[in-house]
Amino acid sequence: MSLPDSYLTYPMRRYGMDHDLYTWSPLPLRPAVTWRSGARVALWVTVALEWFPLNMKGVPFKPPGAMVTAYPDLRHYTLRDYGNRVGVYRVAKALADRGISATAAINAAVAARYPALIGHCADWGWEIIANGLDMDHLHHAGLPRDDEQALIAQTLKVLREASGQPVRGWLSPAKSQSGATPELLVQAGLEYCCDWVNDDMPYRMTAGGGNIIAMPHPCDVDDYTILINNHHTEDDFRDALIDQFDTLYRESETQGGRIMALSLHPWVIGQPYRISALEQALDHIMRHKGVWPATGGQILDAWQASSA
Amino acid sequence: MSGGATLKADPGFYDHLPYVGRPKIRWPGDARVAFWVAPNIEFYELYPERNPSRAAWARPAPDVLNYAYRDYGNRAGFWRMFDAMNRCGMRGSVSLNVAMCEHHPEIIRACADRGWEFYSHGTYNTRYLFGMNEAQERAVIQDSIDTIRNHTGQKLDGWLAPALTYTDNTMDLIADMGLTYVCDLFHDDQPGPVKVKKGRLTSIPYSLEMNDVIVYNVNLVSPRRYGDILKRQFDRLYREGEESGTVMCIPLHPYLVGQPYRMAAFEEALDYITRHDKVWLATGREIAQYFNEHYYDAFVAAGQPIGALA
Repeated sequence: MSLPDSYLTYPMRRYGMDHDLYTWSPLPLRPAVTWRSGARVALWVTVALEWFPLNMKGVPFKPPGAMVTAYPDLRHYTLRDYGNRVGVYRVAKALADRGISATAAINAAVAARYPALIGHCADWGWEIIANGLDMDHLHHAGLPRDDEQALIAQTLKVLREASGQPVRGWLSPAKSQSGATPELLVQAGLEYCCDWVNDDMPYRMTAGGGNIIAMPHPCDVDDYTILINNHHTEDDFRDALIDQFDTLYRESETQGGRIMALSLHPWVIGQPYRISALEQALDHIMRHKGVWPATGGQILDAWQASSA
Repeated sequence: MSGGATLKADPGFYDHLPYVGRPKIRWPGDARVAFWVAPNIEFYELYPERNPSRAAWARPAPDVLNYAYRDYGNRAGFWRMFDAMNRCGMRGSVSLNVAMCEHHPEIIRACADRGWEFYSHGTYNTRYLFGMNEAQERAVIQDSIDTIRNHTGQKLDGWLAPALTYTDNTMDLIADMGLTYVCDLFHDDQPGPVKVKKGRLTSIPYSLEMNDVIVYNVNLVSPRRYGDILKRQFDRLYREGEESGTVMCIPLHPYLVGQPYRMAAFEEALDYITRHDKVWLATGREIAQYFNEHYYDAFVAAGQPIGALA
């Protein structure tokens, strides 16, 4: 049994990318970005507020943080919910004590289930962006286009009503997209998307006759990845954040504005024994001149002003 | 495997040659370690044609997360790694998915201008050799020979199979088509002859242990620990190289090592290694060529036939 000869043909072998979503653009060959008032590094903290249903189906795969045992998996369900009851308040205090406002990526189900939490996010001055309906509604190629469109519309409606905010940004649960997702996000009027981890800076995506900005929301500089997936220690987590910042800060001296993006999950980093690792890393970062703690929307606006 | 062929119990590529008592290697300049760095410059397709032996992506297509993670290497990570290597005076030996020459010629030009070597890592990292017949595999190898020559002027000498996928013909075909070294065998800390039907093929130590994919994606270690691993490996090979020259390779992937939080520890280790006196900062081609000219025949002669169970 050998392969068909089509396996040796490459219809998308050409200059640039093998798709038309965005253009190829090496980071150091772009014009330098200038943040406002001499800032060198924008500090963008995103806090994911998630709800994992006890009866989740995991289609087409289980997202990180999914239920593990046979039904009813009370241990994982409640540990995830710990983030929304306790962990997030510990994270919010760590940020507020250092003058940092965050961007909350919220499942619509969290807004509906825990109205008080949305109110607190508003009190803290956090930006609200959408993180899909819940952690068991993934966007994927097997989802009919109309269903995906309805999912996005429902998610935005719930979050906009609950928060009173425009909800300009989108993070797909588990960063999973279908081929139609970028186009549907454009059509829903979203301005930025956090799913693509291919850059350190924002860049323009084109889909469905419009544009959406890809923001550099990380999967590596992330408490779940480092502490749960990689089984590193709290000190390792702190050191990774410090090393990430130091490299970006040094680059910003000669290469223009940079973004230190940090992805947090309160059920992970909000544990008592872990929170000080975050606090120590933030202390290190905030000691530097030219650090601008900002929300995703603020960074987007500054980037667009600089790129205009 | 090819259709109807018997599956081998032993690939049959080399004799047994114990680490003690072999011909002694002396590298140029009396160096103890021939040190080379092999960045894998790769292109992964968003919607690759399916190979029945291996799925390209962990998630259903489009696997936006994993595709984008790798694309990071070309947009951002490569340039950071490139600068760090230049600061340490280290040339790369690029393990190249040759379609990169068409997709991202800016990267190829940057490497070529610095005198880096290019060798083949197949066409795309999402096109596997598993299941190819001989004509198909020859076409892939010829594509690599032609593309690298057309875009860089270099003769293709080395091979690391795309995504480490093979047929039983791979080694014979690359040697037959004029390649001189291969990075796919992990049985030694020194170069060694590879038995092929025609031509002269040398295995040079690459490494999975030092490879950032294994270290970061499989073993999930922290960046600072990776720096420690690199220094420990070098220290021991440097000490042993006083007796007989060794080889150390650091295989890299810009999408991994080029993340900001991983750069400092890597550069510190690279700086540590390249500052040593008796280290030969080489390319894959240079190591293979030197071994072929000076030690290939002696190593063949010293090899011990592999015995069989009664």
